[in-house]
Amino acid sequence: MIGIVDYGAGNLRSVRKAFAFLGKDAVILDSPEGFAAVDRVVLPGVGSFGYAMDRLRERRLFECIGEWGASGRPLFGICLGLQLLAETSDESPGVTGFGFFKGVCRRLPGKKVPQIGWNSVRVLGQDPLLAGIRDGEFFYYANSFYPPAGAGVLAVSDYGIEFAAALGKDNVSGVQFHPEKSGPAGLRLLANWAGSC
Amino acid sequence: MLAVRVIPCLDVDEGRVVKGTRFEDLRPAGDPVELARAYNDQGADELCFLDIGATPGSRETMMSLVGKVSEQVFIPLCVGGGVRSVEDMRRLLHAGADKVAVCSAALRDPGILSEGARMFGSQCVVLSVDAKRAGRSWHAWRNGGREDSGLDAVEWAARAAKLGAGEILLNSIDRDGTKAGYDIELVRTVAEKVPVPVIASGGAGTLGQVLDAIREGRADAVLLASLFHEKKMTVGDVKAYLKEKGVPVRW
Repeated sequence: MIGIVDYGAGNLRSVRKAFAFLGKDAVILDSPEGFAAVDRVVLPGVGSFGYAMDRLRERRLFECIGEWGASGRPLFGICLGLQLLAETSDESPGVTGFGFFKGVCRRLPGKKVPQIGWNSVRVLGQDPLLAGIRDGEFFYYANSFYPPAGAGVLAVSDYGIEFAAALGKDNVSGVQFHPEKSGPAGLRLLANWAGSC
Repeated sequence: MLAVRVIPCLDVDEGRVVKGTRFEDLRPAGDPVELARAYNDQGADELCFLDIGATPGSRETMMSLVGKVSEQVFIPLCVGGGVRSVEDMRRLLHAGADKVAVCSAALRDPGILSEGARMFGSQCVVLSVDAKRAGRSWHAWRNGGREDSGLDAVEWAARAAKLGAGEILLNSIDRDGTKAGYDIELVRTVAEKVPVPVIASGGAGTLGQVLDAIREGRADAVLLASLFHEKKMTVGDVKAYLKEKGVPVRW
């Protein structure tokens, strides 16, 4: 069973609908109690880094997610959800993220921010998350900040600067774009992550 | 590289898609869910639904149809028409919209843009500007193109972006449904002024005009209605043409 973390700001309905379309059951996790019933966790996201972290702490979800990721179980961040897995973000100085990916989320350069629309993705290596995804495939983005490109960059996009589109390290992974809004390619990626669960 | 988006627009009245000329003379154009699915299959980058029925019943119908579409079509959905408050925005987002377009309500109270951006993020907040030429500039009109707000449309778009609108949906009332081409001067003036994406809308009649809106108008996205509804061309036709002309499109 997939659990989708609800901290009151995410676009969790879209994510749930996408999994439903793929025939994967997903439940909403809005308190620590729900984690016992799931075996994979998605951290979705729209909104701001600081706001999301405050809500996660309020709902006592911060520790749950941290322990979940540290214990080796599958954890997947989408958009802001991926940024929360980094150490900090320029969006909310002083607010600490989960730190699974080293480094700081930075603001996109350029004249038009947020980046809104479909950007092509260059696939690096052969991670199973991106199996069947064509190099140069387009995914839908809506972001002002991008995650740090330390170890584990699986794919990159270009928006005035090259940035990490997908990150993955052992059991923790995530994408900066919205796979649940990226048509067949996005659904394929979600199916890759969900596997046979 | 970021692709230029091609967005079919569905004006919905009491659950049926309609299309008019200069915001009047509405003609029936089909079933919204069927059209949404068809445009998605043709390669639409996003879908825009505008509820033009002014009744509460039409609004409820819109909610349920957005819900249905969002279970079958996995591309961004922008929904607008009759959005009066942040609570209306929340209800549409919960129903399955990814973005909410606000027009008259923002002219009455611009605070809806900043409040919406604070609560849902600016990527959810689209300012819809219904612009009509007034001498050498354009005014922003409200109430479905029935009342002149007196505000300069370009200044209004720029102010809205500062307040939190993440995109500008720029409709030319003069060109709506005419197939006479987008108002390129309007599109370019706004696109150069505001730091957020601009969606050109109103007047698409030929592929060349679509290209002009992107090349000359510097639009980040193009919205089309009549041409698609009348089956004069498909989304794929538009994208194939743009690709051939060297415009980055999702393909």
